Amino acid sequence: MAGLKALLPRREFQVGAAAAIALAAMFLVPALFTGFWVARFSQTAIFAILASSVGLLYGRVGLVSLGQVAPYGIGAWVTLRLAFATSLPFPILLIIAGLVAAAIGVMIGLPALRVSGLYLALVTLMLAASVEIVLSQIKFPNGGGGFSGVVTQLSDIAPMRRPGFASSDVAYYRFIVVAAFIIMMAVAFVLTRKPGRAWASIRQSEVSALAAGIDVTRYKLYAFAIAAFMAGVAGGLFAGTIPKGLSLDPFTRQAAIFLIAAAVMGGIRSLWGGLFAGVLATLFLAFLTQNVWGHQLWTDFSLSLFGFGLLMNLVQNTKADEKKGIAS
Amino acid sequence: MIDVDGLTVRFGGVVSLSDVTVTFPEGICGLIGPNGAGKTTFFNVLSGFVTPASGSIRADGVELLTLPDFKRARWGVRRTFQTEQAIESLSVFDNVATVYEHTAKSGGSAARQTAVSEALDFVGLADVANDLVRTLPAKERRFIEMARAVVGQPRLVLLDEPGAGLPDEETAQLSAIIRAIPERTGATVILVDHDMELVQACCEWSAVLDFGRLLASGPTTEVLADEKVLAAYLGGDEALEDTLS
Repeated sequence: MAGLKALLPRREFQVGAAAAIALAAMFLVPALFTGFWVARFSQTAIFAILASSVGLLYGRVGLVSLGQVAPYGIGAWVTLRLAFATSLPFPILLIIAGLVAAAIGVMIGLPALRVSGLYLALVTLMLAASVEIVLSQIKFPNGGGGFSGVVTQLSDIAPMRRPGFASSDVAYYRFIVVAAFIIMMAVAFVLTRKPGRAWASIRQSEVSALAAGIDVTRYKLYAFAIAAFMAGVAGGLFAGTIPKGLSLDPFTRQAAIFLIAAAVMGGIRSLWGGLFAGVLATLFLAFLTQNVWGHQLWTDFSLSLFGFGLLMNLVQNTKADEKKGIAS
Repeated sequence: MIDVDGLTVRFGGVVSLSDVTVTFPEGICGLIGPNGAGKTTFFNVLSGFVTPASGSIRADGVELLTLPDFKRARWGVRRTFQTEQAIESLSVFDNVATVYEHTAKSGGSAARQTAVSEALDFVGLADVANDLVRTLPAKERRFIEMARAVVGQPRLVLLDEPGAGLPDEETAQLSAIIRAIPERTGATVILVDHDMELVQACCEWSAVLDFGRLLASGPTTEVLADEKVLAAYLGGDEALEDTLS
C-alpha cells in the first residue's frame, strides 16, 4: 500500500484521475462496448457507491456493518414508488430516496453505539434481514400505479421511468457515472474535513477520541447516515437500470455478505477501493461468466470466490496489525 | 487547583481507589506509586471513562464528575496515554487540529491554523506538520500527543507515562516541554511516570498512591524521602531506590 500511496501523492492528482476515469467511462465505454457490457459498467458504478458506503463505515470509522443492503433496498423501493406516484424529477427522487435511507441508516446505527466488532456485524445483518422481510411482504418491487399500487400479474408491471434527459440505456449509464462521481467527490471532501478527522480518531481509539473532545456517538451516527444516504441513492440508480422486473435478490442477506466480502476485497481504506470492489463484483464476474470455462458456475460460486478473497485480505491485514503490535 | 474529595472506585469487589482526598496545587504535580496503585484509574476518572462509586473532583469551581466524557475535553481536560495514541492515518497537523476543533469554543480556520502551528512549534514538530503520523518514529508520536495536550485552552493536562520508552536525550527534551506547559497555557499538569528523575525535574509537588490509597503528598523531595513511600516501593521499584540512594 505504501507504494500505491507514493504513486498517488496529491489530493488534486487523485481528483483529476477520478474525473478522467469518469469521463473515459462516460464516452469510451459506450463507444467500445456492446449494450450488455454498458449495462455491466452501470452496475460497476452503482456497486462502487455501495461498496464505498461499506468502506466508509468499516475502513474509516471501524464499524462493521452487514446491513448496507437495507438502505440500498429502501432507496430502490422509495425511488420506484415515487417514480410511479409522483412526477418529481428523477434526481429529486434520488435525493429523497437517500434521505429516507439515511433515516433508516441511523436506526441501524443506533445499536452500534452499544456494540462493536462481530456483534455489530450480527446485529446489522439481522436488521438487514428484517428489512428484507418487510420489502417482500409489501410486494416489493411492484409496478402498479400510485404509492402502493400492486399488480398481481407479472406482465402487468409497468416500466419505471428514468430521467427524461437520460431515458436510453447509454444516456442513463452516463447519468449513473455522473451521480457516482459527484457522490465520491462529496465523500472525499467530507473525509478531509472535521468529520473525516473525527472518524479517523474514532477508528483508531474511541477512548482517545473522547479524550480529544469528540462526541463519538454523534459522529458514528453521522457516518451511518452518510453511508446509508450513499446506499439509498445507489439503490435508486439501480432501480432505474432494471425498469421492469426488479427483484429482491440484490437486497437479501446473501447479497449483504457478498457486499462486505467484495468491499473488503476491493479495499476499505480508500474510495478507490470502492471502485475496485465494483469492478470485481460486476465486470470481473461478468468476464468470468462470459469468457472463462464454467460460465454460469462463476456466478453460482461468486460468494465462495469472494469469501476466499475476503479471507486472504483479512489474513494479510491481521498479519500487518500484529507486526504493528496493535492486534491484541 | 484540583480538589479531590473522598474518591472511591470499585471494580466488582476490587477497590482501585479508596477514599482518596487530596488537593493538587497549580503548576506541575507528580503522581507516583507502584504498578497497580491506581494512578491510571485516577486519570480515567478525571477523563470520565470510569465512574467512581463516590467522591467529588472540583476544578475552578466546576464539579468535573458531572460532565460527560467528551465534554471534559471542552472544559479543558487533556490527556496523553501510556501507549501513545497519535492518529496514524492523519497528518501531524490534522492530529493537533482535531483536538482544537472539538474543544475550542469559537474561532474560524485562521484561529485554528494559528493555534495548531503554535502547539507544533512548542513541541518542535513544525517541520513535519504535513507528514503522516504512521511514517514517524516513537519520539515524534509522543511529542504529537504533547501538542494535542496543549493546543487551545487546556486547564488540566494529564500525562500518563509520557517518558515510557524514550531514551535519555529525548526524555530531556520531553522534560523541558512539560516544564513549559503551565507558563504557556496556565494549566495544571499531573504527571504519572516511573522515571523518578523526570518527576523530580518537573514536579515541585507530588502525591503518592499505593493500593488505591493516598500514601503521602507534598513537596516532591519530602515525599520521596518519606519512610512510608520508601516502604511501598521496597522490592517493587529498584529504580526509585537507586535514584534516592
